[in-house]
Amino acid sequence: MKGYDLLELAVRNLRQSKLRNGLTTVGISVGVASLVAMLSLGVGLQQMATRRLAGSGLFDTVFVTSRQDFRGFDREDDAKAPHPEQAPVLDEPARVKITKLPNVTEVEPEIRVMGEVVSGGETHFGFVTGLPMSAGENEAFDNLKGKFFSGNDADEAILLTDFAKELNQKNPSELIGQDITLRYGERQALPQESSDRPQIAGGGNNASSVASTDDFGFSVVRKLQKLRVVGLIDAEPYGGMRTVSRGRIFLPVGTTERLNMAQFTDMRSSLRGATGKSYMTLTVRVKDPGKVAAVQDAVNQMGFRTFSVLDATKSLRRFFTVLDLFLGIFGSLALAVATLAIINTLVMAVLERRREIGVMKAIGASDQDVKKLFFTEAGAMGFFGGVLGILLGFAIGKAINFGTAIYLHRHQLPAEAVWSMPTWLVGAAIAFSVVVSLLAGLYPASRAARLDPVQTLKYE
Amino acid sequence: MSSSQVAKNASAVRTENVTRHYPMGESLIRAVDGVSLSIEPGEFVALLGQSGSGKSTLLNLIAGLDRPTWGSVMVHGRNLANMSPEDLARYRRNDVGMVFQAFHLIPSMTITENVELPMRFAEVDREERAQRSRESLERVGLGNRLEHRPSQLSGGEQQRVSLARALANRPSLLLADEPTGNLDSRTGEDILNLIRDISLSLGMTVVIVTHERALAERFTQRFIFLADGKLVSEEVRA
Repeated sequence: MKGYDLLELAVRNLRQSKLRNGLTTVGISVGVASLVAMLSLGVGLQQMATRRLAGSGLFDTVFVTSRQDFRGFDREDDAKAPHPEQAPVLDEPARVKITKLPNVTEVEPEIRVMGEVVSGGETHFGFVTGLPMSAGENEAFDNLKGKFFSGNDADEAILLTDFAKELNQKNPSELIGQDITLRYGERQALPQESSDRPQIAGGGNNASSVASTDDFGFSVVRKLQKLRVVGLIDAEPYGGMRTVSRGRIFLPVGTTERLNMAQFTDMRSSLRGATGKSYMTLTVRVKDPGKVAAVQDAVNQMGFRTFSVLDATKSLRRFFTVLDLFLGIFGSLALAVATLAIINTLVMAVLERRREIGVMKAIGASDQDVKKLFFTEAGAMGFFGGVLGILLGFAIGKAINFGTAIYLHRHQLPAEAVWSMPTWLVGAAIAFSVVVSLLAGLYPASRAARLDPVQTLKYE
Repeated sequence: MSSSQVAKNASAVRTENVTRHYPMGESLIRAVDGVSLSIEPGEFVALLGQSGSGKSTLLNLIAGLDRPTWGSVMVHGRNLANMSPEDLARYRRNDVGMVFQAFHLIPSMTITENVELPMRFAEVDREERAQRSRESLERVGLGNRLEHRPSQLSGGEQQRVSLARALANRPSLLLADEPTGNLDSRTGEDILNLIRDISLSLGMTVVIVTHERALAERFTQRFIFLADGKLVSEEVRA
């Protein structure tokens, strides 16, 4: 029998018992809807998490640290690497080398130091962090009042609104355009043979028992710097997910470098006896997220430890795979019940249409024709159920999103779409529904095909 | 395969010692028990016998709806006993037209759709199907009822639809199982007249099963009598 004839006969047969087949189809659609709703919830949650990560500007960023400084998260990787003491130092030549790697657009240190703003005779303590110029281009800030730094070396500052309120209780916005005075510690190298060591010194004090040729150190000197406030931000940049996010006063990273602000890690480098400056962390910005892995590899080859959000998303994806699996299993339960309904409906149909099947065989239908006919009926119910289920699932999803939006609004949080139905899921759900229905049709169809026409046509 | 082209000298139907036994609980029903007969192309033959004589079972064996326990059923030189289920279905579809006592029309379909059904199985194109079903229905005198449903027709009209359906795939063999059994004598006579006229004009071989000898005598010359599954006598009237 030809395909369209099969389809026509199948649909005509389904319409013969509208109520029963309709109910079965609705059953399938409820199953599909629950599956779709569950999986869409999984997808939506995953997208929400990914969106958060994307806002952190981390997708095109590789963090480079020296193996000397920290243990990594990956113990296995650490075991293979050279001993920390032999690991190269993350210093200026290394930075230049990384800058020259292909696809690297920006290499900036992460600088975070303590500072104080002097205002009206009071001092206000806050962490000062350096932001690269690229922070102004991506989604690092949710909403910036005022403007971004005019240059990487500008004497300008962006303040966290909370901090600005400390300085100007009534109208923090007035600060924009005004100058503030920042007090910070400057790192000053000591002359090698110096015996005049200041009190706060990073390395030299305990060296009295050591040969003086080994002496190396620096002093930290209190300095004042005038800065113009150019902008205010409500929330930390990069969604608060990076070291440099945790500050209250933001300067262009170039300015923090020029001012030679003393960092916590300077202590470590002085002990190490390194003559030049070394970095705790370099933030390497890559041209596009697809190149992150390659850059990461290249930097690893140089002997440094790297971390990128790719590593984070890897475990995130694993988590969501498991979550999707569970949601899928729960969603499938309703569909499994619907499958039983299909089997039941079709077995009933076979019983009811015994005579008709016998007639069809007597006038030339083959076993295969009969089997295909019941199969097509099952598939058609699956298809219609699938389409209906998608619509139903879509409605459920809209309701979930609406509900969450109201909830989040009440808690004064921005609305998030926790439910998202991707196009592939529409196709996959309908296909799945058809396949499941066909499987359910296997038994009734073969039962129909096996009917003996002589028995069914006996005059009753 | 068009059966009319095969072996011109072969019988239309020839059975050799054909036997059909059914197990029924502990006992064995010998529905057809060693029947040998031969029917020539274009013949009009009546199978006569009491109910339970095995005449319907024999007809089902010739129709390829049932398989013999032993023996052979040759139709145009081909042995049905050796055919695969697929081939047997094709044989029923293309070479045989069947008419039943209970009409066996599909109630949900219009009469046109009923007549088209065997052509759907034979994968006849839509246009040709429509044309042939109309022709068939016109031939049985129902050209003005094409869109009616079986329930809107009288018994005689339903049997005509059933005949039109049997003719749809232009078979060479028409098998009728008690075609007048559900009809009053006048209508039954009309149906048999129609069958005879059509078979003559199309050159078909016809086998009808009946227990109404008197009626059969007016349409055919050859009678085959069955009793207890055995062929008891044959009669050819001049």
